[in-house]
Amino acid sequence: MAELIAWVLVVVIAAYACAGGTDYGAGFWDLVAGGAERGKRPRGLIDHAMAPVWEANNVWLIFVLIVMWTGFPTMFQAVFSAMWLPLALAAVGLVLRGAGFALRKPSRRLAQRRIYGAMFAVSSLLTPFFLGAVLGGIASGRVKVGTTASADAWANPTSILAGLLAIAATAFLGAVFLCSDARRFGARDLVDYFRLRALLAFAGVVVLALIALPVTHNDARYVWDGLTGGAGLLLVILAAVCGLATVLLLLRRSHGWSRYTSVASVALVVGAWGFAQRPYVLPTSLTVTQAAGASHTLRWLMIVTVIAIILVGPALVLLYRLDTQGELEELTDAETVAARTPGDNL
Amino acid sequence: MLSTAAILANTPAQLLPAREQMAFTLAMHILLVPFGVALPLITLVMHHRGLRRGDAVALLLARRWSAVMAVQFAIGIITGTVLSFEFGLLWPGMMGRWGDVFGLGFGVEAWAFFLEAVLIAIYLYGWRRLKPWTHFWLGVPLPLAALMGAFGIIAANSWMNTPRGFSLDANGNPINVNVQQAIFTPMFGPEYWHFVVAMFMTAGYVVAGVYAVGWLRGRRDRYHRLGFTVPFTVATILTPIQFMLGDSAARAVFHKQPVKFAAMELVWDTDTHVPEYMFGRLNSDGTVSGGLKIPQLDSILAGFKPSTQVTGLTSVPADDRPTIVQATIAHWAFDIMVTVGSLLILLALWYAWSWWRHRDLPRTRWFFRSAAVAGAACLVTVECGWITTEVGRQPWIVYNRMRVSEAVTDTRASSLWTMLGIVIVVYIAVFGAFLAVVLKMRTRWRIADEGSAAARAALPPETDTPYGPRSEPEPAGAASGGGSDSGSGGAS
Ligand code: HDD
Ligand code: HEM
Ligand code: HEM
Repeated sequence: MAELIAWVLVVVIAAYACAGGTDYGAGFWDLVAGGAERGKRPRGLIDHAMAPVWEANNVWLIFVLIVMWTGFPTMFQAVFSAMWLPLALAAVGLVLRGAGFALRKPSRRLAQRRIYGAMFAVSSLLTPFFLGAVLGGIASGRVKVGTTASADAWANPTSILAGLLAIAATAFLGAVFLCSDARRFGARDLVDYFRLRALLAFAGVVVLALIALPVTHNDARYVWDGLTGGAGLLLVILAAVCGLATVLLLLRRSHGWSRYTSVASVALVVGAWGFAQRPYVLPTSLTVTQAAGASHTLRWLMIVTVIAIILVGPALVLLYRLDTQGELEELTDAETVAARTPGDNL
Repeated sequence: MLSTAAILANTPAQLLPAREQMAFTLAMHILLVPFGVALPLITLVMHHRGLRRGDAVALLLARRWSAVMAVQFAIGIITGTVLSFEFGLLWPGMMGRWGDVFGLGFGVEAWAFFLEAVLIAIYLYGWRRLKPWTHFWLGVPLPLAALMGAFGIIAANSWMNTPRGFSLDANGNPINVNVQQAIFTPMFGPEYWHFVVAMFMTAGYVVAGVYAVGWLRGRRDRYHRLGFTVPFTVATILTPIQFMLGDSAARAVFHKQPVKFAAMELVWDTDTHVPEYMFGRLNSDGTVSGGLKIPQLDSILAGFKPSTQVTGLTSVPADDRPTIVQATIAHWAFDIMVTVGSLLILLALWYAWSWWRHRDLPRTRWFFRSAAVAGAACLVTVECGWITTEVGRQPWIVYNRMRVSEAVTDTRASSLWTMLGIVIVVYIAVFGAFLAVVLKMRTRWRIADEGSAAARAALPPETDTPYGPRSEPEPAGAASGGGSDSGSGGAS
């Protein structure tokens, strides 16, 4: 049962990496979209495309935390003790990001929008970095039960590379999705705009992965071996194939499928990492069985998970479908009968 | 006071900043929770009315409330996510030891919120294109999801108050975990219902309060009447129920957490014929200065007769009970809650009387003044209720099983203080901006409603985003068609 819950955890992390990642990626492109005038159209698209789904996308993170503390309490304690600073910063980042995004929309003044937009965009960069750094620290075996917070746990080559990879991967996902969104909303010019950026981000991922190979060889030996052999390797290869397929699809401008392949490549990498870590939750000091919580609880956690899938699954599908069919639209000022106030300049 | 100093001496330095941060972030989050739990229902009631009777004013109100909900929900989510992080950042000891015993409640919470987040997105963004009734029905599960979410949180919190569903091995680690018992603890029932009703009341009074203010400023049209009456009626019906639920919660505390009850009521020595103190301050020798003393009443409230024995604070060693200061805080918080609860009953009676006699709202301005204050008072009461629960439980994080000082993180106190500083600054900025944005929306609506010609002219013809087919102006059925001509109806 513990094994199964560990896989649930991996799947939920993968879901967060994909759903949340797309979101962070959109934030990344918001950040680099340039000045107010130049970045107006891409930002408008990002706003428009993200608005209905970003909250749902980010709830996966809560699931991650809950499965961790209910299923593997000792691991939760160890991770949050050792990784105190990056997690604290990620939490602050989450607040700034969400608030920035939510508050930017109803603002009608350029100056305010700039501030909220900057909050949103900068923290879209920092949050995935810190979360990635935490994963890197765990993968390189720096978290053990009883490790206290120290910079070494997360400011090391593997963590930093993992953080950068997280940023690059989110940027890739974000650009691929925005590409399809642009097509969906009939913004021709933006299709090419984001297509180029998706390709650049993919190149970034590849470069970082190539750098990571030698650097993590000794630093994160156990996981490195897991990723370069057996099931781990298989998934890595599949992920690479999906990534390349995405590139091909982008080049051929078939934006319908590129989203699925890009998501698959990220999810497969997370899955590969799951395989590589087996049987540890904290390589190489704490195994899944050692970390597992009470068996009665695990059984119930499984039941709760199944119920969640049954209830949330269809709702989520409905949301994404309505969204892609263009049924979801923000209320406009005309419909809430709102007037302009002095000083509005947008 | 000596005992306080002694206890502080052997507590880790991290404890104070960790507590302050938990208290601060929770206190802020809880201000949004009433709206997260109850605003969807109130909005749906209004929405239903609008569709059923083709009432454009009601639809406009529902639409505007959902515009507010969109922002409020986002802030609720992020502050809630911070709380989840804080369980690890501040109290890893509690989660490491007890996570598998009581964590499952949060599992329920998580999928409920997930459902809520999905449904609310559909509801908020469905106004324009979904068919009016489809749109309405897709919103209907929202209040249920919110109740489910509250279920999870309160299950966890009531477990911390009356932990059970496990036994301890030789090392003091929990074994034989029984999840059902851990979720349905003795405090769960009283706490849950009291909490849920509090949320609906609070949201009702706050929303009604907004329109009461408009009414006082002379905007007495149907829009304001409707915006006031619907939420206010919901809230007033709940008020007496809440009084009874609170009373039974207090009795549950009396039975299950006697030391907390002693702190709430300032009972020093275990005794019968215990007097009730309204407010007052506990001294270190057990006397109470100030306050209003009512002989016998505490025993009567706890057990319906003066001879009921009430456990006192001194029944346990000094470091197993709240300090003098904490007891006084819990006592004041409790008394403020009860006072506000009682005053709200008077308000509810006034309203009921007026309907019964005149079939109309009371006419005096004092009624609307009180109604305008009721919302804020409710928010204060919610804070007080939580202070009672949390401070009254001290020094335990898990009642009688784990001390707060055992649960706290090892991270250096200086880091925690820094973090606290950052969190306070960020939260104040975010909540300030949130309030500013909501007030700004209100101003825009008022200007539009007042139909000032200049404002009208300035309103862009189509405030849409410039993308393809989606942005075609379209009279999307009754749901949005009704609203556009209702502007003359009123002002906010
Ligand atoms: C609108 C808000 C509101 C109102 C009018 C009242 N309460 Fe309350 N009360 C709450 C809102 C609240 C709360 C914030 O929701 C709490 C905090 C914990 C909880 O479950 O509910 C709470 C907790 C709480 C507790 C603590 C439970 C515990 O320690 O676990 C007691 C004993 C009472 N209440 C009793 C009362 C009484 C006797 C009231 C009669 C007037 C009353 N409350 C009115
Ligand atoms: C939502 C409204 C709540 C508020 C306003 C609140 C308030 C507080 C306050 C004031 C403290 C500090 C106590 C002290 O320093 O003496 C505290 C501590 C704490 N609360 Fe709550 N609380 C709330 C709900 C909850 C819930 C639902 C949980 C968990 C399920 C929870 C868990 C904790 C924990 C873990 C601590 C730290 C340990 C402690 O000081 O007891 N609280 N809270
Ligand atoms: C007093 C008890 C609490 C209740 C009833 C409650 C209720 C809610 C509600 C209704 C939301 C939805 C957002 C909104 O509508 O504003 C929310 C968000 C959230 N709350 Fe709280 N909250 C409470 C305290 C806590 C505590 C102690 C935690 C810590 C674990 C927490 C974690 C969350 C999380 C993670 C979210 C965001 C998840 C989402 O909405 O999808 N809440 N909370």
